[in-house]
Amino acid sequence: MTTATAPASAAFDRDALERLISSSALPAWATARRRAAFDAFAKLGLPDRRGENWMRTDLRLFRPKAWGLRTAPAPGDASEGLLAAAIASPGPAADAAGEPIAGPVAEARLGGRFATLDGHVIRDEIDPALERRGVLFGSAERLLAAGAPLEGRWFSVIDSSSDWFAALHGAFHRGSAILYVPPGVRVSEPLSVVAAIGAGGVDTSHVLVVLGDGAEATLLTETSGGGDATHPAGGFHCGGTEIVVGRNAFLRTVNLQNWNTGVWHFARQKAVVHEGGRLQWTLGALGSRLSHVAQDVALVGRHADAQVNGVMFTEGRQQLVYNTLQHHESPACKSDLLYKGAMQDRSRLVWRGMIKVDKAAQKTDGYQRNDNLMLSNEARADSIPGLEIEADDVRCTHGATSGRVDTEQLFYAQARGLSADEAARLVVAGFFQQVFDRITIPPVREALARAIGSRIRRVS
Amino acid sequence: MSAAEKLVVRGLHVAVEGQEILRGVDLEIGRGEVHALMGPNGSGKSTLGYAIMGHPSYEVTSGSVELVRADGSRLDILSMEPDERARAGVFLAFQRPMSIPGVRVADFLRHAVTNVRNPGRKEGEELMPMREFRDELKKKMADLSIDPEFARRYVNDGFSGGEMKRAEILQLAMLRPKFAILDETDSGLDADAVRLASESIARIGGHEMGILIITHHEQLLEHNVPLRTHVMLGGRIVESGGPELAAELHKKGYERIRSAYPEAAAAEKAMEDTRTAEPAPA
Ligand SMILES: Nc1ncnc2c1ncn2[C@@H]1O[C@H](COP(=O)(O)OP(=O)(O)O)[C@@H](O)[C@H]1O
Ligand SMILES: [Mg+2]
Repeated sequence: MTTATAPASAAFDRDALERLISSSALPAWATARRRAAFDAFAKLGLPDRRGENWMRTDLRLFRPKAWGLRTAPAPGDASEGLLAAAIASPGPAADAAGEPIAGPVAEARLGGRFATLDGHVIRDEIDPALERRGVLFGSAERLLAAGAPLEGRWFSVIDSSSDWFAALHGAFHRGSAILYVPPGVRVSEPLSVVAAIGAGGVDTSHVLVVLGDGAEATLLTETSGGGDATHPAGGFHCGGTEIVVGRNAFLRTVNLQNWNTGVWHFARQKAVVHEGGRLQWTLGALGSRLSHVAQDVALVGRHADAQVNGVMFTEGRQQLVYNTLQHHESPACKSDLLYKGAMQDRSRLVWRGMIKVDKAAQKTDGYQRNDNLMLSNEARADSIPGLEIEADDVRCTHGATSGRVDTEQLFYAQARGLSADEAARLVVAGFFQQVFDRITIPPVREALARAIGSRIRRVS
Repeated sequence: MSAAEKLVVRGLHVAVEGQEILRGVDLEIGRGEVHALMGPNGSGKSTLGYAIMGHPSYEVTSGSVELVRADGSRLDILSMEPDERARAGVFLAFQRPMSIPGVRVADFLRHAVTNVRNPGRKEGEELMPMREFRDELKKKMADLSIDPEFARRYVNDGFSGGEMKRAEILQLAMLRPKFAILDETDSGLDADAVRLASESIARIGGHEMGILIITHHEQLLEHNVPLRTHVMLGGRIVESGGPELAAELHKKGYERIRSAYPEAAAAEKAMEDTRTAEPAPA
């Protein structure tokens, strides 16, 4: 790519807000929410590192004034997206053990694709057959302007005033996506959202997912692009995700953070699961310079079930911080969190997990586990599990492990003809297998495994 | 047979954490030959296998291990990485195989087989075609009466002692090395399984493989009658003989050997003492 001058970008100020509002087709009620978030934003400073949520996040080199919305997308092509490509061009049909690895035929095809570059929509497609069944998917601006009945949901799940980043997102979100599936409608084709930026780019996209009672869907969201560690421009993402899973509905979603390694990534994500609803939520992270992610699940109706998966691979000087919350608000719900991370070089991963059980939430079954594998002596992982339980008839457990690659395993594999690098990749792939097994979308699983494999260098 | 390719070990000294374990081992195994290696626990049998395979904790302080081809050309095994040794046709069935959780036996073996059969393969180059590999694996598992489900399990993860040993034999069958060291491949197996293992190894060897069988028993040798039986004591091979030697050791133990080779017996005792020496209480 040539070193074209980056397109002009404004600061996150009132002028920029007004320009954004006047250029946007969002309905008045949505604009009012923007303004409310901006009012909060104007009063806030960067989060205080003394607070629990931000304590382990090093913002010293983050320059809030350096960023603003891009008036036009950066030149160059946006990537197709790792997950989207995996579905669009599936791999072999069976693995070496004879196990079929391609999913049902429907998974070999996407039901819709939405993509942005620097917050500007560059692709907005949905299968007309899905549209006929009442599914809404794609540009939030287009859908809300056309009267999508989501006024009660849009920015109702996450709070846009809790801190500087949340408020910035609430005020300046752009290039956002919506997936709405009407009650009883089951969509088997995965839907894809790709948010890309150029070097030095900015993304403030929001994602809202609403599944009506008994609905089913699979959503893949991912990010790509931005400057790398050596590019001074880096990139900035300040996003939010809201998920509502209706009664007896089932959502599978995979969110892959795959920025280049110069990007600052701040994301607030929350799902609300109603009675009998099921959520299978996987976060993958390969990229960014620094990530701060809040992933909350609220189980608000009886027998709601959430499976939360994390797959993180870090290298260089990457720093990823996750705060997870499994909030049991109703009786007899189940939550099961498994985060697995492998760290190379001098990278660092922090996971702080909380299972919170309200007084009313008897018969809660809650589990959280974080396993980390250190691939170098300088890598570091912190696991901080927590329980806050007010009900008395519950089963809540947690576990955490942290270790290094076993040199005896490597030798065993080498003794069978695998090179040192190959052996390391295989052992690390094996480490992730337990969480991959929980990602029930085979092409996605394969794509993640390949992406991680390609990053592993010789274990030191 | 004298012109056949040979694995030649000369004056091998090996230390672990600075302590000398092997104190000059000489051994020559031609392809098609079976040799038995016996000796009390702690005498250094496994150390010999690890050193030949290139385990990083086993430091060769002097001596050589070479593959000597029929034309007299030599391949210096000790200068090679463990995977290069495997690709050169050397195989070690581990006394205690390692488990690799999350990695299926089939995937592991597909990588192994591909590399060993195409020694020049670089990582990332094509693996052996899936169907061809699977068919061969299935057949080999059937030959060894191994449940097909085995291929899907994670390498040695949660395997019983017997299952691990059968998995090692399966790998031997798939990799078909030129030289195989089988380190107590009979331990953990019941009598029937040892008989099956003995037959299988003979079939896999097919008079083409040089095999060093490390064992405390005779049963594994039933179908693999050793050309030579070697006795290790205190890190040296102190005596070699025919099949009758294996029978004697099996029946009578190592008393005669210990008294016949007092220097090696003393070395054995010294090694054992360092091993069991407890740190002084704080
Ligand atoms: N990895 C190791 N670390 C420390 N000591 C070892 C190691 N491997 C072998 N040894 C020591 O070397 C000696 C020989 O062991 P080994 O080769 O396992 O004997 P064998 O297989 O004949 O029972 C023993 O004293 C043992 O404690
Ligand atoms: Mg041994």
